[in-house]
Amino acid sequence: MILNASGCLDALEAPEVARALDAFVTKTVTPLPREGNRPVRIAETEAGMLNSIGLENPGIESLLAEKLPRLAELGVPLWVSVGGFAASDYAELCAVLDDRPEVTAIELNLSCPNVDEAPESAAEIVEAARPQTRKPLYAKLSPAAADLPETARAVQAAGADGLSLVNTIKGLALDERTLEPKLGHELGGYSGSGLKPIALAAVYRCYRATGLPIVGMGGISTGRDALDFLAAGASRIALGTILFGDPDAPGRLRRELAEELEARGLAHATDATGLAHAGSTIPVA
Amino acid sequence: MRRRERLRVVANEAVGPYTLLRVKRGGLDPGSPGQFFMLEAPDRPLPRPMSLCQAPPGELSFLLEAVGPGTQALASALPGDEIHVFGPLGNGYRLDVLGADSAAPARRARGGSAGASGRTPLLVGGGIGVAPFPYLSERLNGPPAILGFRSDHHAEAAALVPNAEVVVEPTLVTEPLADLVTQCYKVLACGPEPMLGAVRELAPDAQLAWEAPMACGYGACYGCSVEIDGVLQRLCVAGPVLEAA
Repeated sequence: MILNASGCLDALEAPEVARALDAFVTKTVTPLPREGNRPVRIAETEAGMLNSIGLENPGIESLLAEKLPRLAELGVPLWVSVGGFAASDYAELCAVLDDRPEVTAIELNLSCPNVDEAPESAAEIVEAARPQTRKPLYAKLSPAAADLPETARAVQAAGADGLSLVNTIKGLALDERTLEPKLGHELGGYSGSGLKPIALAAVYRCYRATGLPIVGMGGISTGRDALDFLAAGASRIALGTILFGDPDAPGRLRRELAEELEARGLAHATDATGLAHAGSTIPVA
Repeated sequence: MRRRERLRVVANEAVGPYTLLRVKRGGLDPGSPGQFFMLEAPDRPLPRPMSLCQAPPGELSFLLEAVGPGTQALASALPGDEIHVFGPLGNGYRLDVLGADSAAPARRARGGSAGASGRTPLLVGGGIGVAPFPYLSERLNGPPAILGFRSDHHAEAAALVPNAEVVVEPTLVTEPLADLVTQCYKVLACGPEPMLGAVRELAPDAQLAWEAPMACGYGACYGCSVEIDGVLQRLCVAGPVLEAA
């Protein structure tokens, strides 16, 4: 039910945090190692933060040989986030992960704001990845998509089993004194509480558009936030920026969410999924 | 062992233009000098990394310079306020290479002592980079220090560090450092990047405490990478103290 957002936790550096989750999602892995973007890589903003890490990762070979066996020892279901610069990259990664029993699901990072995107559409990438694996495929989408419900429907038609909503959205912060971009990469991905209404709308719209299972994320920092995402249509929630300031957040949110559900007479978190749509008479596009 | 606790603010005291934030220690381990803690900055999205300045009984204290919204929020905290503190984190100065018996500093004579390796520790700091030195100096039993500041007002922070030679701009710490035979000293430095670079020139095997914006402090965000000799390193887990090449 409670996951981490990809790239927001290193389970090998903080196994106690990972064990407090229901599943651990790896930092996005690409076919080849990537050093990531030049510093400065993060900047706080009034209601969140920007990051421009740039998919720093050791590459799939290192993940498979060194990290995956150690991650499996945590005893937490593993989701592997994969990224690339062409549909064939995603297909290749899904193929090598398919026969790894340690991997529960694969998340396709189709929306990193800090690197050049693959030329193919999200649906074309899902279509390329789908035949390579029997594992559940979750498509992680950007809230900046021109027509997000249409993108969601397209990845569903291409074979996605679920959606991860949302990735960060491009943002900019300027130095107080020089007025130059604070980040070395200039633009970064915006996350934190300021992203929540945008993410909530994305979950709401895509739930209505597809009915697919949704991992909701974007500015969740309390049990009430988590309940909002469930009500909008998520069946799982993921923690991102909150983990940076509060490594105890998984346990705290679990308690707070249980209290929220109990106060509403809901027996299980799944009973809350989609509640926001119950009285809706307006078609959501 | 790192932990995160909500700690009561004891006081915020002015030290020149800096602020010494004192909090109750709770169940937190002060760790080793050069390690840091993530301090919740009231009403800000992210905590702030601060190296431990002093570890008096029952307290932890942090020297900070209120230059942005986070440090201003911390410097404005009032006695009785409570903030989350997480740590100790990262790798501090390696005291073992000095041969110093850090567990029993009281057995040593004042004025510092050469360790088993025969090299006296020498602390070199600039500006707010002196923050970890009071605790470090205590653990090393007051070794000599060279501290540089941009004004006499800033130099008031030198009072926290015993046996310090103080220089004020335009004089830089490298001037008195160059006069010393650095081979006889093991330099432990903390300060702005240009200072660290200049110290390395004079003392190639110095231990340098680096700084970078940091969101988490425990390896989660990959935000604090700094490029040192062409290699990106996550400061919170590889550092913040790194041995120079």
